[in-house]
Amino acid sequence: MSLPVQESVQTGAEEQHVDQSRAHRLMQRRTTVRSFEILIWLGALATVYLLPSKMLILTEIAILALFAVSLDLVLGFAGIVSLGHAAFFGLGAYTAGLFARYVTAEPVAGLLVAGAAAGLLGYATSFLILRGSDLTRLMTTLGIALMMAEAANQMAWLTGGADGLSGFSIDPIFGLVPFDLWGRNGFIYYLVVLFLSTLVARRLAFSPFGLSLKAIKSNPVRAALVGVPVRRRLITTYTVAAVMAGFAGALLTHTTSFVSPDVLAFHRSADVLLVLAIGGTGYLYGGIFGAIGFTLLKDALSVVTPQYWMFWIGLLLVILVLVGRARLTRWVDDLGERLPGLRGTNR
Amino acid sequence: MLTILFDGIAYGMLLFILACGLTITLGLMNFINLAHGAFAMTGGYVTVVMMNRFGISFYWCLPAAFLASAILGGVLEATLYRRLYHASHLDQVIFSVGLVFMSVAAADYLMGGQQQLIQLPPELSGRTEFVGVGIGRYRLFTIVVCAILVVTFQLILAKTRFGSRLRAAVDDRRVAMGLGINVPAVFALTFAFGSGLAGLGGAMGAEILGLDPNFPLKFMIYFLIVVAVGGTSTVSGPFLAALLLGVADVAGKYHVPAIGPFVIYGLMIIMLILRPAGLFARGGR
Repeated sequence: MSLPVQESVQTGAEEQHVDQSRAHRLMQRRTTVRSFEILIWLGALATVYLLPSKMLILTEIAILALFAVSLDLVLGFAGIVSLGHAAFFGLGAYTAGLFARYVTAEPVAGLLVAGAAAGLLGYATSFLILRGSDLTRLMTTLGIALMMAEAANQMAWLTGGADGLSGFSIDPIFGLVPFDLWGRNGFIYYLVVLFLSTLVARRLAFSPFGLSLKAIKSNPVRAALVGVPVRRRLITTYTVAAVMAGFAGALLTHTTSFVSPDVLAFHRSADVLLVLAIGGTGYLYGGIFGAIGFTLLKDALSVVTPQYWMFWIGLLLVILVLVGRARLTRWVDDLGERLPGLRGTNR
Repeated sequence: MLTILFDGIAYGMLLFILACGLTITLGLMNFINLAHGAFAMTGGYVTVVMMNRFGISFYWCLPAAFLASAILGGVLEATLYRRLYHASHLDQVIFSVGLVFMSVAAADYLMGGQQQLIQLPPELSGRTEFVGVGIGRYRLFTIVVCAILVVTFQLILAKTRFGSRLRAAVDDRRVAMGLGINVPAVFALTFAFGSGLAGLGGAMGAEILGLDPNFPLKFMIYFLIVVAVGGTSTVSGPFLAALLLGVADVAGKYHVPAIGPFVIYGLMIIMLILRPAGLFARGGR
């Protein structure tokens, strides 16, 4: 009599076990390190030795990539269309500049302070983007960025106004590694920051947290009904993205030892959106690919037509949208299907 | 004080003429068109070229600016915009930012980067004293023309068959199509008309707002404010919003030049949080 009962209990447990492992496998497939990811970072490292004369443009790419990865968190994962991401980038840049001028010129400390400042602004403003449609969010973010730009322009006693903030030089990293003339050490430092930030973003995006963001993106109301804390998720994501954008701004300041009001300009918010348009959103590496594509394209175009490269970038975007952006990045999924990625060993 | 109010009203009227095409694009097709300023800029440049190169009278330039922008708008609608009505908002933003970039670079290439000046006819320049208030004649002209346009626009919307079709399409696109209204055609016409109005606004605003290749970027936020504050369901909403914005902007720049922009952007953000559907939106939603 007791045997069948026992059996049924056992099968129930087994079913549960099977279910669990299915969910587990699903999560694991998302977190699996794909081979192309390793290739990217190896390639980035290799450029240090292979392209020593191109360090400046590589630096530019690394900074733009970090900025774009940060926007991808907001746009590609949380689904918030932002036209004012430069607010965080610019605040980071100015904070790093002021910190270097008045406190200490050690770059890593400046980087962390800049990230914290941008994060605070991100946290404070995240409450404004919780409500409303795409248009409202677009305008709120744009309005915040414009206000920041105007503030930087008006507070000339602090920020130098339209002339920009100068009069500081950056010390060696940790007081040990100086920025050399060719920008090699600088590039390695930027690469490390980019790598660590991407790692954090990756951990965030490909976790249960990231899955809940996906749910929010496709339908916030249903996500809330299933029990996803929509507000908290959006606030966290926006703040983390703001910190990363602040890092990117600080890195720019460390490269140029100068902050121009240009860091808060509208075109910077637009550019980074275009980077994601080129690279694709929602798989985290779009920012990096897009930054490479965008910077090289801009560089090549500005050699051909120094004044009018904007026209061709614009044309490219129009064509890109008409053809369909999704087609450009489909290969990533294909690649993931075809190549069995390397298994993550630590989880 | 009254002069500021007057200038502000003229400025606001101009903003309404510039932005009301965008109201329809956003309201009817739910299309975020950031490139609306490019049509206004086209009108402005048409006027500048006609007046300064060919010496044509300012009064003939205004309809020409309207026609040129309307044709440009119609062509772009039929070839490009139409394909993106069902695209995501992100796609629309990227597409229209691309258009803005192209228009800025093209204007720079064709006309040069400097501020363009036009010589107004003598009877429109200068000031007149009226009951102790200094009134710019050109501003008065702007107000009169814009007021006529607003009334005409409102009458077309309220009284004509085309107007009721348009309103039906704005209210519910699917039902309107079900009733046999050719919504795409209505929209194409309206898009061209809105672009034409923007071109006219650009032509008239060359004197007040200035005209250089960065025009579409500089005024993008103003157009968006007008639409977002006014809502897209009425004509009077954006109209009042444009007047408010015009007066607030002129007064802010005059009285508190240091914090003027903060007032406007700050008010916009607060407004968007409190009334996401627009200040004068009809109840319901």
